[in-house]
Amino acid sequence: MGVVTPGFHGRARSGNPRLPPGQYLAEDFPVLSAGPTPRVRTETWEFTVTTETGDKHTWNWAELMALPSEKPTVDIHCVTQWSKLDTRWRGVSIDTLVGGLGTEADYVMVHAYGGYTTNLPLADLLDGQAWIAYEYGGKPLTPEHGGPARLLVPHLYFWKSAKWVRGLELKSRDEPGFWENAGYHDYGDPWREQRYQGD
Amino acid sequence: MARTAVSGRLAWRVARLAGFRDETPTARTLVFDLPGWPGHLAGQHVDVRLTAADGYRAQRSYSLAAPADGDRVELTVQRVADGEVSEHLAGRYAIGDPVEIRGPIGGWFAWRPADPAPVLLVAGGSGIVPLMAMIRARRAAGVRTPFKLIYSLRTPAELYYADELRTPVAGVDVTYVYTRELPDGRSGIPRRIDVATLNTAGWPAEFGASCFVCGPTGFVETVADILVALGHDPHRIRTERFGPSRD
Repeated sequence: MGVVTPGFHGRARSGNPRLPPGQYLAEDFPVLSAGPTPRVRTETWEFTVTTETGDKHTWNWAELMALPSEKPTVDIHCVTQWSKLDTRWRGVSIDTLVGGLGTEADYVMVHAYGGYTTNLPLADLLDGQAWIAYEYGGKPLTPEHGGPARLLVPHLYFWKSAKWVRGLELKSRDEPGFWENAGYHDYGDPWREQRYQGD
Repeated sequence: MARTAVSGRLAWRVARLAGFRDETPTARTLVFDLPGWPGHLAGQHVDVRLTAADGYRAQRSYSLAAPADGDRVELTVQRVADGEVSEHLAGRYAIGDPVEIRGPIGGWFAWRPADPAPVLLVAGGSGIVPLMAMIRARRAAGVRTPFKLIYSLRTPAELYYADELRTPVAGVDVTYVYTRELPDGRSGIPRRIDVATLNTAGWPAEFGASCFVCGPTGFVETVADILVALGHDPHRIRTERFGPSRD
């Protein structure tokens, strides 16, 4: 059980089965970023998927808007211990963007405007598990929450859901991204509390 | 792999309260004995875990308030409304009581004494904590890197580390911005940090300063945007945000 701190009782237990271990419910939507918020205009926005053989596939904003969109309602979990339930998004499924590329890559490095990167297995972006999201709560995604578009991978800790996303680099080998290089977990499953390397 | 050598597994360690200082009526600096602590950089944080007698656990992240000093680490905890962890740590938590701590965490929002670039620190409220660790690390390392601190707070009563900050230190310029209530004897009116503040109390962009901004989300967004507009390299602006978003 660990070390008991005398006199500590904590709040009334919610026992919410949708909260992963160590998480608490946030009513608002906290912001966590490593630097200034990039201001990315949709007029110049581009999203590029690069395969392991170097093939590039690029969409501009109008092309992204022309793709079929989905409206996932999902729970999100930040490594800083807040979770938010039933968040409503709109975006394009990664299956739609990557599905026809015929790649054999196992890993992805996600790149964002501003220089942020994060790594994850390609399988975690497919089969309806991830989106390029451009609306939150029925409104265009604001810059501080990653607008105009961010990656949305709700089953992993939220740092994997890169804000200001600009591309996916499909790779045969896994390499650490920004936070992963700073000691955070390569995979980041909130249900297994994979916060830091070795968890 | 090299990465494993850098961090390895972050183990929970048992820490006991060795002393405390009240910074304000609602904020307390806690000094822990933490045997086996590997050391840390100023700006890094730790996770603190509390376990109740029935096994219930709660865990929060707190910035380290002082540079590494053997087995001693310091955190400053602001009591927040309905905060089950902060209320205990800044309240009933007593000398000798154990908690569990693991870290250090984060190597991005960190200042290294070997970095000769001038430093701009911009604090909003309790965002002063990791920035104070940098000021203290500068002193502990005996370096003369020029520092400027801009500290925004609502009222004089909310000032952390008051005695230490009021003692002049060569090479560390401190500017206070009060948003609701000014100290006695200070002329002017309360105001928020703005372009003029950062332009006059910060470094010119061409000095290539390392900028560290810590505070509530809206504050950090505002300051970081102004620094970018003033010409600072976005990659030299490091931010740490906490608390609710504004909208």
